[in-house]
Amino acid sequence: MAMLRFATAGSVDDGKSTLIGRLLLDSKQIFEDQLEAVERTSVARGFDYTNLALLTDGLRAEREQGITIDVAYRYFATPRRKFIIADTPGHVQYTRNMVTGASTADLALVLIDARKGMTEQSHRHAVIASLLQVRHLVVCVNKMDLVEYSEKAFDSVREEFSAFAAKLEVTDVTFVPISALHGDNVTSHSTNTPWYGGPTLLWHLENVYTGSDRNLIDPRLPVQLVIRPMSHEHHDYRGYGGEVAGGAFRAGDEVVVLPSGFTTTVESVESAGEVVDEVVPPMAATIRLSDEIDVSRGDMIAKPGNVPITSQDLEAMVCWFSERPLAERSRLVIKHTTRSARAVVSRIHYRLDVNTLHREDGQSLALNDIGKITLRSAQPLSFDPYRRNRQTGSFILIDEATNETVAAGMILGVSE
Amino acid sequence: MVTVPVDFLPSPSVLEELDELEAESIYIMREVAAQFERPGLLFSGGKDSILMLHLALKAFRPARIPFPVVHIDTGHNFPEVIEYRDRRVAELGIRLVVGSVQASIDAGRVVEESGPNASRNRLQSVTLLDTILDNDFDAVFGGGRRDEDKARAKERIFSFRDDFGQWDPKNQRPEVWNLYNGSHRKGEHIRVFPISNWTELDVWHYIARESIALPSIYFAHRRDVFRRDNMWLAAGPHVSPGEDEVVEERVVRFRTVGDATCTGAVDSDAQRLDQIIAEVAASRITERGATRADDRFNEAAMEDRKKEGYF
Repeated sequence: MAMLRFATAGSVDDGKSTLIGRLLLDSKQIFEDQLEAVERTSVARGFDYTNLALLTDGLRAEREQGITIDVAYRYFATPRRKFIIADTPGHVQYTRNMVTGASTADLALVLIDARKGMTEQSHRHAVIASLLQVRHLVVCVNKMDLVEYSEKAFDSVREEFSAFAAKLEVTDVTFVPISALHGDNVTSHSTNTPWYGGPTLLWHLENVYTGSDRNLIDPRLPVQLVIRPMSHEHHDYRGYGGEVAGGAFRAGDEVVVLPSGFTTTVESVESAGEVVDEVVPPMAATIRLSDEIDVSRGDMIAKPGNVPITSQDLEAMVCWFSERPLAERSRLVIKHTTRSARAVVSRIHYRLDVNTLHREDGQSLALNDIGKITLRSAQPLSFDPYRRNRQTGSFILIDEATNETVAAGMILGVSE
Repeated sequence: MVTVPVDFLPSPSVLEELDELEAESIYIMREVAAQFERPGLLFSGGKDSILMLHLALKAFRPARIPFPVVHIDTGHNFPEVIEYRDRRVAELGIRLVVGSVQASIDAGRVVEESGPNASRNRLQSVTLLDTILDNDFDAVFGGGRRDEDKARAKERIFSFRDDFGQWDPKNQRPEVWNLYNGSHRKGEHIRVFPISNWTELDVWHYIARESIALPSIYFAHRRDVFRRDNMWLAAGPHVSPGEDEVVEERVVRFRTVGDATCTGAVDSDAQRLDQIIAEVAASRITERGATRADDRFNEAAMEDRKKEGYF
């Protein structure tokens, strides 16, 4: 089974840290020296119980303030699968951190307090997961112990969430009634919820199938670098290295190089330095072509029958990361696949209220805002809509003055 | 909508975990080679840097690794590790850059610590930053992994350093998808951690799968050691036992390789990789907790050192 990358989001009170602590503890990923350190600190701070959140809060400032301010990555494995958790804060001021965590996630875990039902925060988490096209969603209805493990309470959250999710692009949603504090339905079935016939959280995480989430249909290889040994032994060797971003390539395939449009055939394909039969995502491949044509970093190799859109104009949803607001006519650098180019934001269509999904008019986007823009790039880009391909449909914007990454973008399509 | 002929569909090959980690690391290394003019690869002779070197070979094959290997030499080395380093560099035909902590001390750049727990571990940061400056490195690969330490768990794969070499954990660039932003001004640099997502066990599984040679100190051997801070320290030219510390010969191995003054050995009779894997899988103590005196000072030891420019 391939490893599973999942994102969680949450704040101080919703039990996220407790849940992660429990997953790590129950899968024996917390080591004695780590637990001892946390116990020592808990005692020193005068807590009544060992605060598992101390395990996950990595920075001095986070521990001092008792909050999570940045994405932390954690690792655990069961005999079935390896997991990477992108653990992110849930508050609106950390939307950009949630976007970061969700960008590489196969699955998003949303926590909802059984007593409170959906809050502004759970709306936001669901919207971000949907925008970032996280294919699988798990809704943990938490604190079931505080509602006497009532099936009705669980059903009411499920109905509320399903009604909201109907407005989003979410295909696979699983609901699990849990108590992170007591461990109900986290790693083993709880006798407190005899009415629940679904999987435990861990069982679901171990078994959710993500193999079909990658685009195995549209052949795409953004050229990362040209490998030329310049040695006597490999005098004429010229290979194009890059991560396969979709489909498959094999020797003999007819291919087209974009944006130039030259066509040729694949001479051989290599992965990690060895000649192989085919290369598929997410292999780090090297492709050799039969003809010597001009190919360099930033170009895209595709197949003549299946090409991405090549254009200088695109529409996209962006999440704005910078304290300096984005205004129309802002000049930035777009980094899309392996190509960087100057770009100008020609229009800001609207700002999305992630709590209500309302579109609000506005000529600017502030820190943590999500909105729709039109962008013109100084060079043609070869892209697919983000919903079709996460790699060829995503980009970042960089402020040339500060070198900061100021936005994450998801391409909707070519602009009209 | 494009219709896809059936023969375009690949066989349902989902890459296994180690292949996926390998692919990610290679992608990162290639990205550095493409984005930067003068990268260097930090090499301590430990398993993580040996893994990086192996991945670099695969990333650029059949071309040579397009950057030098950089060793920050505390002078407190295990001889087996230096032998390994020199042999490997010669085999691969790559350049070795050595930054010497002794030279930094001689030049008055740093002052040697004194006392029984004196170590050159912390001094390395100055030598490292000087070496980066002297060689104009604009990107430096490090073998740090996020499962090692809480501060590392928060660090980006492309981690920006200002012109003082400092890491600002509260002001890191968002890192989305695999779009790595290496932009920087002259004098600033980027630390790159291509094996961020590997765990200790992943590293050992991969070393076994690829039959990667390691320095002999990773395997069980007899050695004169003494007990300090619940670790076995190697008695030798660089660390001497105090009056109440008794030297004894034990069968040990090293779980990490660092400066000899602060790297402890563990009791072990694991002589083969499969035995090491079994031992690591059963261990209830983290590798840094078991073997690094430097991380025991306080909960934020790594964060504080990283802010000063440490690996």
